[in-house]
Amino acid sequence: MSSKRTGIITKEELVEKKLLPSMERLSNGPIAILECPEEIPCNICVSACPFNAISKSRIYEVPRLNPDKCIGCGVCVGKCPGLAIFVVDLSKPGKAYVTLPYEMLPSPSKGARVELLDREGRVIGEGTVVKAWVYEKTWVVTVEVPGDLWFDVRAVRIVR
Amino acid sequence: MLDYRIYEHPIIDFKRGRLIKFTYNGNIIEAYEGESILASLYALGYRVFSRSPDGSRPRGAFCMIGKCSSCLSYVNSVPNTRICIEPVRDGINVVSGDGIPEPPANISSASVRKEIVDTDVLVIGAGPAGLQAALKLGEKGVDVVLVTDHFRLGGQLVKQTHKFFGDTRYYGGVRGFKIAEKLVNELKKYSTIKTYTRAFAYGFFGEGYMGIAVQGEEPVNLLVKPRYTIIATGATERMILFENNDLPGVMGAGGAQTLMNEYGVRPGENALVVGSGNVGLIVAYQLLQAGVRVHGIIEIMREIGGWIVHAAKVRRYGVPILTGHTITRVEGAEKVEKAIVAAVDDKLNPIQGSEKEYSVDLVLLAVGLQPNYALLSQMGATMKYIPEAGGLVPVRTKYMETSIPGVFVAGDLTGIEEATTAFIEGEIAAYTILERMGFTDVITERDRLVDFLWNEYRMSPVISRARQGKLKATVTEEEMEKLRKGIDI
Repeated sequence: MSSKRTGIITKEELVEKKLLPSMERLSNGPIAILECPEEIPCNICVSACPFNAISKSRIYEVPRLNPDKCIGCGVCVGKCPGLAIFVVDLSKPGKAYVTLPYEMLPSPSKGARVELLDREGRVIGEGTVVKAWVYEKTWVVTVEVPGDLWFDVRAVRIVR
Repeated sequence: MLDYRIYEHPIIDFKRGRLIKFTYNGNIIEAYEGESILASLYALGYRVFSRSPDGSRPRGAFCMIGKCSSCLSYVNSVPNTRICIEPVRDGINVVSGDGIPEPPANISSASVRKEIVDTDVLVIGAGPAGLQAALKLGEKGVDVVLVTDHFRLGGQLVKQTHKFFGDTRYYGGVRGFKIAEKLVNELKKYSTIKTYTRAFAYGFFGEGYMGIAVQGEEPVNLLVKPRYTIIATGATERMILFENNDLPGVMGAGGAQTLMNEYGVRPGENALVVGSGNVGLIVAYQLLQAGVRVHGIIEIMREIGGWIVHAAKVRRYGVPILTGHTITRVEGAEKVEKAIVAAVDDKLNPIQGSEKEYSVDLVLLAVGLQPNYALLSQMGATMKYIPEAGGLVPVRTKYMETSIPGVFVAGDLTGIEEATTAFIEGEIAAYTILERMGFTDVITERDRLVDFLWNEYRMSPVISRARQGKLKATVTEEEMEKLRKGIDI
């Protein structure tokens, strides 16, 4: 079913909109996934990227990511007003690192245990925060998750 | 003691003023300076603020911006005072409204001072459009009178906690309330801008005078005679029909935002949101941030109305979105305790037997906005009913001038859109006035903005409906000339 009906974006939609990096690029190290499939008049990600890896030729185009320029730094994760950008790193065997925006309480910290939530808010596992920094009150949190969950984990709930 | 105030929030650091005391229905209330009377009472658990004309039905907080009649109360014996936009003060005596009041007996209007002000530009409304327009005029040293009916500047920006979309030049990436702070601080740089808060533009009179009632310790009847006027009065939330929709706890989505984001008061414990446009999706996310449980978002259409990125944000935290559903009824004694929701058929009628019940104390309506056209209409401007724009809106040129020469408009009053375009429209109106005043150096920038707005920004397919609405309301200079002469176009 289309994300317009469910609010849940699918892998197929991301592929169709050319928003999902290749598996080859994903396994080479961290890279941003721009989960922004609609033509929103916004170019914050374009000016946010320190490496000019994101482009739009008109303000309302779907953003384009250059996989060669993106180093997965996560600056865009904290700046995207839609909280729609994630960074995935599949370079370590069996493990995945997912970097996601977080604007809830409690504040995250390195080593914190988290419940891993999928796009419907279902708990699909547990993970650990390996890195967390904040930009204008939006936390950018990297969690270590089981390798096969790299596409599914899109939010966390911090275990108090 | 009940206390619904939020002390820890992921985005906002609530700075509360000094503790003050007033009385409410004879009880002593402790509040913080900077709160509205209603917000202070809500924080302590009060939910009923007035009653229907026959006294039988309780009324609670609804719009929270002084546009509905649900909170009409007595403040120091003055009846029909909207306590949602009335600031708390030490020692005031507040009594809840109860039906239609008697005229006030002991209040003398003779003591109200009259003041006549000549100015270059009068700007009515201090939201994104009005503030941006005033600043652009102030930069050129033009005399501006800026008025707002709230006791605080910023319009609805003050309760927007999300980072704005758009372009960095128009505050894209900055949270709404931070933009308000920035703009209000900038206002102070320009000595030619005179600002009045708690100032109600009540009507337009002969010889070009706008009447403005300025409330406060020393009320003033301000009669402003401007060379040019910019009206940026924004919009009001819509209501929809269902059983008991006047029960306290049924609230506009913006009303809840006012409580939790402007005053730091939790609007409830368990919420249901009606409407899945961006406003509904955003308010649901903000409710989660304020620690409110959101049981679901109800959408009568088959598809989600707002942007996928906003929907994805709330879905990730487990909030269901029920498309093809409507609210049919709320129940409760004196406040909402239950909401009943049903699936709808192809004609959008509720399907018998499909009802679901939710135990909630809050039902938030995010079902659209309607432009605040009353003042402009009273001035005699040509209006047009445009569904895509949200209702009755002023006909204007691409430079935002109405059928009344010298009277300009900007922002949601001109058709429902969002803040980025309100900033831009405010600027276009201000630049056009500056051009008329001889500042020809602004023309290039003004024309660039008109081009950006129509030929780039609004070309986005996700805002095509808003664009359609604005397009239908915009006429050429030649067509406007005909309208002014009474010729149909």
